[in-house]
Amino acid sequence: MNFKEDFPMLRDNLTYLDNCATTLKPNSVIDEVSNYYRNYCANAHRGDYDISRIVDDKISSVREKVRKLINASSSSEIVFTSGATEGLNMVIKGFFKDYLKAGDEVLTTKAEHASLILPWFDVVNKNGAIINYIDLEDDLTVTMDNIKKAINKNTKVISLAHITNVIGDVRPIKEICNYAHKQGIIVLVDGAQSVPHEKIDVKDMDIDFLTFSAHKMLGPTGVGILYGKEKYLKQVKPLIEGGGMNAFFDSLGNVEYKELPEKLEAGTQNIAGILGFGTAIDYLNELGMENVHKYEVDLKKYMVEKMSKLQNITMYNEKIKNGIVTFNVEGVFAQDVAAYLNKKGICVRVGNHCAKILSEVLGVKNTCRASLYFYNTKEDVDKLIEALDNDNILYESL
Amino acid sequence: MDNNMKKMIMLEHYQNPLNHGLVDNDGYVKINMNSKSCIDNLDFMFKIENDIIKDVRFDGEACAISTSSASIMTELIIGKKIDEAKEIIENYENMINEKAYNENLLGEANCYDEIYKQPNRKKCALLPYEGLKKAIEKSKVN
Repeated sequence: MNFKEDFPMLRDNLTYLDNCATTLKPNSVIDEVSNYYRNYCANAHRGDYDISRIVDDKISSVREKVRKLINASSSSEIVFTSGATEGLNMVIKGFFKDYLKAGDEVLTTKAEHASLILPWFDVVNKNGAIINYIDLEDDLTVTMDNIKKAINKNTKVISLAHITNVIGDVRPIKEICNYAHKQGIIVLVDGAQSVPHEKIDVKDMDIDFLTFSAHKMLGPTGVGILYGKEKYLKQVKPLIEGGGMNAFFDSLGNVEYKELPEKLEAGTQNIAGILGFGTAIDYLNELGMENVHKYEVDLKKYMVEKMSKLQNITMYNEKIKNGIVTFNVEGVFAQDVAAYLNKKGICVRVGNHCAKILSEVLGVKNTCRASLYFYNTKEDVDKLIEALDNDNILYESL
Repeated sequence: MDNNMKKMIMLEHYQNPLNHGLVDNDGYVKINMNSKSCIDNLDFMFKIENDIIKDVRFDGEACAISTSSASIMTELIIGKKIDEAKEIIENYENMINEKAYNENLLGEANCYDEIYKQPNRKKCALLPYEGLKKAIEKSKVN
């Protein structure tokens, strides 16, 4: 595969290192989106004419591709959403809000993304449940020991990212699920940073709910997936009602919803985006998710080796095996570092990366984050290192 | 002003900002400016009496552009009447947005006259002046 040919944005004057935020799109995905609008732009569920049937068939085939990607039991467990954020809100507000009673406990961590934490804040305010934080190790990782310590008889759900977006630590999801299920605890996993980067098997890991976004894995923006085991997913109440999700309603207010997954997909879906996502999955399958992960780990190792030789850099997660390097330049505010790198055509993210509580643990509020994907190269890393090997970053950022 | 001079002014105000640190006094209008598009987060306190800006203080975490711009702004507006401050704001905004402006009103703030070349940084340079506008509005209500 020739990434330079496949990805129009991989051009010489741009070094894109913000893949945790979103990924670049290959031509095949862009073409598929455009193909829908150009050639069979019809709505779904209108199978009376050919182009609508084509849309229905294609959506079904993407659902099946997603099912295979994460090894779900049935494609009815795969719900299209607008992104991981919506999926998390749907589960937390549409299921756990009623499932949890006052005094029940939710276990999470201080390293989670806003999209996971904020819906919980809202729900526990309403149902009287309690949020407890699992202790993080000094290197900010989550261990089974600390999870076991945090669990008590009131714990009903563990809700956390598989891989966090700031330091990228990998949580032992399979062990967590195994242990949690023995205590009757449900596990909700935010897979936004893991599904794009490694092979996820929801059956093997025994995950109850999983959410992720298409745009972080070559797909279009505005599409995501909510996976849920059927026994739980069927209990999720639709937060949004409308066309496409109801089977029957009358003037007396009697309403009958469709079966899963349509029940949770009110209104016209992001059809072009869903179809583009299917092509993104094809591209990733061709590469092999195992290869994606291995390549990123190796490239990060290369970056860490080079970066550790720079006296002016502090790294926060060099030992963690993934494609994320979180760092600061001594004496330079993270935003000034990013402005300086931008002048060199290098895109990195700065800030608290939507994990605002993490600063309480990390001890620094704002960091720079360089996050890799399989199309990044040693040359990209060299360019970053060369730029950072400079005592005048602050001056040159102005 | 050459390019190096501009950067040196910014650096000086970033590393040794004027009127930095909040005070625990009454009579100040407090404004938090937390940028929507970046991580600049500055708190301002403005003391406005009899139509005159008597004092300004600021603190917070922000980039070199935003912090130096806040420092220079305090220098420019302390002691000015509201109408004079408004004129400074208007001319400053015009400069940032590449429109005609009176450089005689802007003192050291003229060092940002090429910030438009870094469009991402324009909002940083403007943030303190947005805070000042809010403070003027708020002081009218009170």
